[in-house]
Amino acid sequence: MNSELSTLQKVDASLKRRLRKEFLFRTTGMLATAVGVVFLAVFFATLIGKGSSAFKQTYLLLDIELSEEVIAPDGEMDLAYADFDGLVRTALRRGLPEASGRSERREMNRLVSIGAGYQVRDLITASPELLGTTQTLWVPAAANVDMLIKGNIDAELDESLRPLSDRQIAWTEKLRIDGRLKSKFNAALFSNGDSREPELAGIKGAMMGSFFMLLTTIILSFPIGVAAAIYLEEFAPKNRWADLVEVNINNLAAVPSIVFGLLGLAVFINWMALPRSAPLVGGLVLTLLTLPVIIIASRAAIKAVPPSIREAALGIGASQMQVVFHHVLPLAMPGMLTGAIIGMSRALGESAPLLMIGMIAFIVDVPGGFTDPATALPVQIYLWADSPERAFAERTSAAIIVLLAFLLLMNLAAVLLRRRMERKW
Amino acid sequence: MTESPPETRIDDARVQVVELGRRTVGSVQCENPFMVAQNVNVYYGDNHAIKDVTLEIGKKQVVALIGPSGCGKSTFLRCLNRMNDSIDIAKVTGEITLDGQDIYSKAQDPVALRARVGMVFQKPNPFPKSIYDNVAYGPRIHGLAGDRAELDNIVHSSLERAGLLAEVKDRLDDPGTSLSGGQQQRLCIARTIAVNPEVILMDEPCSALDPIATARIEDLMDELCEDYAIVIVTHSMQQAARVSKRVAYFHLGHLVEVDDTDKVFTNPQHKLTEDYITGRIG
Repeated sequence: MNSELSTLQKVDASLKRRLRKEFLFRTTGMLATAVGVVFLAVFFATLIGKGSSAFKQTYLLLDIELSEEVIAPDGEMDLAYADFDGLVRTALRRGLPEASGRSERREMNRLVSIGAGYQVRDLITASPELLGTTQTLWVPAAANVDMLIKGNIDAELDESLRPLSDRQIAWTEKLRIDGRLKSKFNAALFSNGDSREPELAGIKGAMMGSFFMLLTTIILSFPIGVAAAIYLEEFAPKNRWADLVEVNINNLAAVPSIVFGLLGLAVFINWMALPRSAPLVGGLVLTLLTLPVIIIASRAAIKAVPPSIREAALGIGASQMQVVFHHVLPLAMPGMLTGAIIGMSRALGESAPLLMIGMIAFIVDVPGGFTDPATALPVQIYLWADSPERAFAERTSAAIIVLLAFLLLMNLAAVLLRRRMERKW
Repeated sequence: MTESPPETRIDDARVQVVELGRRTVGSVQCENPFMVAQNVNVYYGDNHAIKDVTLEIGKKQVVALIGPSGCGKSTFLRCLNRMNDSIDIAKVTGEITLDGQDIYSKAQDPVALRARVGMVFQKPNPFPKSIYDNVAYGPRIHGLAGDRAELDNIVHSSLERAGLLAEVKDRLDDPGTSLSGGQQQRLCIARTIAVNPEVILMDEPCSALDPIATARIEDLMDELCEDYAIVIVTHSMQQAARVSKRVAYFHLGHLVEVDDTDKVFTNPQHKLTEDYITGRIG
């Protein structure tokens, strides 16, 4: 029967079928993309919704009398043992005179962070001439007060079910009406190390830890990775050994990161006796982790250099080395850098290998070098996510936002760098 | 594994080569031989690509290598400046001498050889650098110029000899890749002669060019052969007839016939050559 139809009719018939198939395929693709976009939007919305409040922190205004009797009882300043917390408590009592009795006062004292005492100590250390005066200071409120102000504690709940008592809520309200309560930018988040008190906890320690670690990683892994890629691509004899090396590099790229942590623990800490929890060791482990990625990306970039350029240089009498350094490397560099930055992004987000080399410790001091005990941003997120305090939840989200911002910046740098180097011709 | 049975469907051409004893007809000798290949065999792994080729290349003359695709003419060309060295599975036996020196001897550095035997490729392949840097690259790596003025001089005279100077002298800093195809190929020729080689190998230099650009390159070859020995691989018999003094016809790895160009084209001695130039093999 078919043979009676003209070619045109056959084409028409098949065209309908083809168009339907194409429509189906397009719709599926659009749906898949839409699902991805929705998930991403939800992810960012919840993250920013939960985390953005951590960039603000509630502060209390207190008139603190820097009394000589407390700070310098014997005429000389006793910064180590003086009762700075007592000064803060006295000032708070002056603001809320209605509290009476020991237990009520103790409740009242919990409105202010213990960081207030440190703040007073730091102030008097920096300017001893203030001794004997009364200073009006904004000191951090306790995390629970902060949570109440941010609406994270439900005042309608039964008293036994919330961390703040009725009295504390009433005092907070009074302070707020008096204008002694204010929400300010949470500078502590970026200038402090970790702390058991959420209102004092910051990510500077983790950021510096990550910084020193990534610095170690990039300094080691980029030159080693590129050198290995050049050797394997351009100089190594193509034999069974080269195949073996190639297979192993590809396998290494797929090894779970925690295994590299175990390797680091065994080699760098136990055998080479490098310090535990140090960014140096973390950087070395992350170097092992990123090397395969960089080598594979660099080899691909070298392979992508057109052979005609190589032949042209060889034909003029360039040595193998000159071909590589004058022609292949400049053309492969954008691809290599992209690979390196992708490797770095992966290293920045790694936490599992760091757990094995002691970078999961609770470290309060901000590290100042490669061998100081430190932790890293993803590990800090992990630690905070584990904390029961309500206030750590928003700080966890805030730390994730900071981490993502860094990742985004690095990827942006990769794109810009690539575009700049490729624009050459 | 058992030996595979000998191929039953051998084409006529191969049978004839076998019958004629695989001897090259015509005259492999020439006056003033400068580059001499003797009993050259090339293997790519198990593939015997060049079979026992003997050929002399004279000073100041153009030798054209012709033959159907896959006959080994490019492979043979690449033996002359050891470009096959970079292919791991390639193996070359026999002897090739340049001005009496064995170019495959241990003492011969391929880098030094390629400064004496330059090469122009099928596809124009300028470096992604400026026109100036393209031409200056060879003199720079070989240290041919003492100072900037001398280098300028080499670049200008090379461009001049390649017939490109008039077109590019105002834009030497433009990228070499911004030129047209024919200009790029002449740039590549300028780049090759900037090193002042003794032999120039050309691997189908005009196959990617239009007829006008081709004519310019052919004119250029006429001029260049006053100073250099030129070996050119070409698919165009007209081109071979126009530019070459001698023609070598390759077939399935054998050098079937070689002789003066007019002799080969007017009175081929070998049946295969005749079939090829009359268009029966192609």
